[in-house]
Amino acid sequence: MNSDKRSNAGGMASSGAAASSSRWTDGSMTKMVAKRYAAERRFKLFGLAAVGLSVAFLAFLLINMGVRGLGGFTQSQIRLDVDFARSNLMLDPAALKGPQAEQVVSGAGLDGVLETIAIATYGEGAGDLFGGASTRALGEQLIADPTLLTRRAQLWLPLSSKADVAVKRDGEIALEAFVATAEAKGAIRTRLNPGFLTNSDATDSSAVGVWGALKGSFLTIMVTMLLAFPVGVLSALYLEEFAPRNRWTDIIEVSINNLAAVPSIIFGLLGLAVFLNLMHLPRSAPLVGGLTLALMTMPVIVIAGRNAIKSVPPSIRDAALGVGASKMQVVFHHVLPLALPGVLTGTIIGMARALGETAPLLMIGMRAFIASPPQGITDPSSVLPVQIFLWSDEVDRGFVEKTSAAIIVLLLFMLLMNGLAIYLRNRFERRW
Amino acid sequence: MTLTIALVAVLAIVVAAGFYAYRAAAALRRATTGGKARLHSLPIYHAVHVGLWTALPAVLFLTIWGPVQSRLVDQAVLATPAGQALPAFEMQRDTIMAEARDLASGAIQAGYNPESTALAEVYAEVGARLATIGGAIAVALALGGAFIAMRRVRIDFRARNGVERWIMVLLVGASLIAILTTLGIVLSLLFESLRFFGMVSPTEFLFGTTWSPQTAMRADQAGSSGAFGSVPLFWGTAFIGAIIAMIVAIPLGLMSAIFLTQYAPQRVRAWLKPILEILAGVPTVVYGYFAALTVAPVIRDFGIAIGVSSASSESALAAGLVMGIMIIPFVSSMADDSIAAVPQAMRDGSLALGATRSETIKRVVLPAALPGVVGGVLLAVSRAIGETMIVVMAAGLAANMTANPFASVTTVTVQIVQLLTGDQEFDSAKTLAAFALGLLLFIITLILNLIALRVVRRYREAYE
Repeated sequence: MNSDKRSNAGGMASSGAAASSSRWTDGSMTKMVAKRYAAERRFKLFGLAAVGLSVAFLAFLLINMGVRGLGGFTQSQIRLDVDFARSNLMLDPAALKGPQAEQVVSGAGLDGVLETIAIATYGEGAGDLFGGASTRALGEQLIADPTLLTRRAQLWLPLSSKADVAVKRDGEIALEAFVATAEAKGAIRTRLNPGFLTNSDATDSSAVGVWGALKGSFLTIMVTMLLAFPVGVLSALYLEEFAPRNRWTDIIEVSINNLAAVPSIIFGLLGLAVFLNLMHLPRSAPLVGGLTLALMTMPVIVIAGRNAIKSVPPSIRDAALGVGASKMQVVFHHVLPLALPGVLTGTIIGMARALGETAPLLMIGMRAFIASPPQGITDPSSVLPVQIFLWSDEVDRGFVEKTSAAIIVLLLFMLLMNGLAIYLRNRFERRW
Repeated sequence: MTLTIALVAVLAIVVAAGFYAYRAAAALRRATTGGKARLHSLPIYHAVHVGLWTALPAVLFLTIWGPVQSRLVDQAVLATPAGQALPAFEMQRDTIMAEARDLASGAIQAGYNPESTALAEVYAEVGARLATIGGAIAVALALGGAFIAMRRVRIDFRARNGVERWIMVLLVGASLIAILTTLGIVLSLLFESLRFFGMVSPTEFLFGTTWSPQTAMRADQAGSSGAFGSVPLFWGTAFIGAIIAMIVAIPLGLMSAIFLTQYAPQRVRAWLKPILEILAGVPTVVYGYFAALTVAPVIRDFGIAIGVSSASSESALAAGLVMGIMIIPFVSSMADDSIAAVPQAMRDGSLALGATRSETIKRVVLPAALPGVVGGVLLAVSRAIGETMIVVMAAGLAANMTANPFASVTTVTVQIVQLLTGDQEFDSAKTLAAFALGLLLFIITLILNLIALRVVRRYREAYE
């Protein structure tokens, strides 16, 4: 290394020596110094540009998603003057008060009624203005106020996904014409769509929501954490504090370091072969997803945990041993509590990664269409990243903004977890 | 049901025995304070020790008893006259048995097969009897364990050492899970791959240049025998992950690291580093969506504008570019670590000779940090070729061997996802091919990781 450096330095000097004189006031010398300083500035600029470009990419990505996604949290509603008493709707107001109200409403053929009204108001072809979400909203409003059936009323109903796209001037020409007529009458408004946070997946993009997927994600992450955290911490403690240096612990170390870098899809294959085909656990369930992700996250926790444990100074161990604590007491009473903030930071980062993971979950069948939120860890369920993937594949234009909106929700959770990790690190980590 | 009650009973005994042991040991402690012989272990260790002795045998028995019991019930049911009248054909018999089991447990109200109703009663009766026996044994084991352990609550008994031995077992067990996972990955991939290689010759798989796993729904359908040459897939993977992505990630990542470590003032660095970490924390499905929706159309239009008529909307360039962006923080943090590990004395020496900062970096720091940087790049490549979502969403499905970045290529991970989603038949070469691809991918990343980890470690040792 040393000889190397000398020759480098010599190289720099030799170009100067080639000039007639090596005085630093000499013309050629100042020129060369200027050239070297210019190179210095260029190099620094390259560095700045690289960082700037990376940050610009991030900003562009986030702004892009944000602009596309904000529309997903709103829905366009249309005003409708209805007179159910004179329509062909056969519905008894009294039937809407019992516990069977929902069944009665869903069997009443509200979609047909809506289509008739739409055609009566806006002309032939206007039936497309209403979709699944409109029917559902009408049913809910009827149950909330059965007297609607007996009088003239003015209702605001969400538009179908096609019409919703048309409101944003991106849909079919025919629908845009209807929408324009309605807007001219002031019959269209845009409202926040609370259903996006409380509903589950649906075939109609105006009726979809992320709650089912979000709940599936929570359950999956719960299983992952309950398994990966204790195992990871115990394993880190053993490797750092107790393990003798021999071939076995070497194998363990190599496996852990390697597992941390194995592609996530391989863990999905493992989950498919072992948990589904060998152990016959239920497909698409948060239990299997959590198990698979736990295997993936554990090495991350072990590595973070070992670093945190390593940074606890040996003098603390010596002091505890000196007053008569056993090795186990030293570790569990002193080393682990002191290392805990670091361990937790690593765990949260690992969990955030698991929360955003998609590929291994596709392998274990978590890509089914699930229209209701899971009730337990063995129910079929979806998770947020997979939901995003599934929606991104939909042909319906209405799903574009829903996908971006779901991405915003996912990114918010990631930011929250990473922020918590950074806070923990700054607040509790001690430099010894 | 009965077994659950037994488990609760066992846990109750554990708590009671532990509490009693604690009281006994505490009394001993008070009695011996100040005397010559003192209680060896704290009362809490005695309590935990007794608890372990109570819980472990009983719980172990219950976990074994569960499967054994259902076996025994099945045998008993088949031995009854009603059971022997069942059809001998296995699948039919199993269906009826499963139905009877559900009837007996109350999971369903009525069976489809009439035979199951009669069997359900037998099931319920035998099941209840065996569960009572099992539960009784478990409770007896718990009581026995508690009794034996309780007799050992004495002054000189080393309860703490006993408990610590158990904790040690737990620690070793937790560490072994890493080995078990690795073993599980290798064995499951190997097992399914061997079945695949029973159908398709390994030479064809490794060196064949056509990839078209036909999606034949039925065996008699035309074209049910696909071609399984994996070379185009690995070319696509390398083209996107190791070439295009690295052309983006290495310069940007390395220069970012140099700027952040060598030029940026402390406050700028404190802000920029977490921002770069956010780039690494964005889920890959988001990058994939970004690549497919925003980047790919721009690249296709650009390709057509510069005269590449075959520009595809699923181009290798779109997937590779976005993957490169994703890898930037990874390369940057690895380079950051290796640059930081170069001794300050070398830097100072160079600066003292009159070299500018950039000359120092280019001629002293980077050559010294090179092994670490190379190791980091290898890890980044390993991560890029295993990356799935970006390529699934932005790269194509056609297995082309082309170096045209505007054309569509496919990768190993895309094909694994394609082969394993949709209808799965676990005997078809099509499904098994996914495991063979997985095995190959695992081996390649394993080699890359091992080399990289070794290079990085050896390099660190050189300066420590």
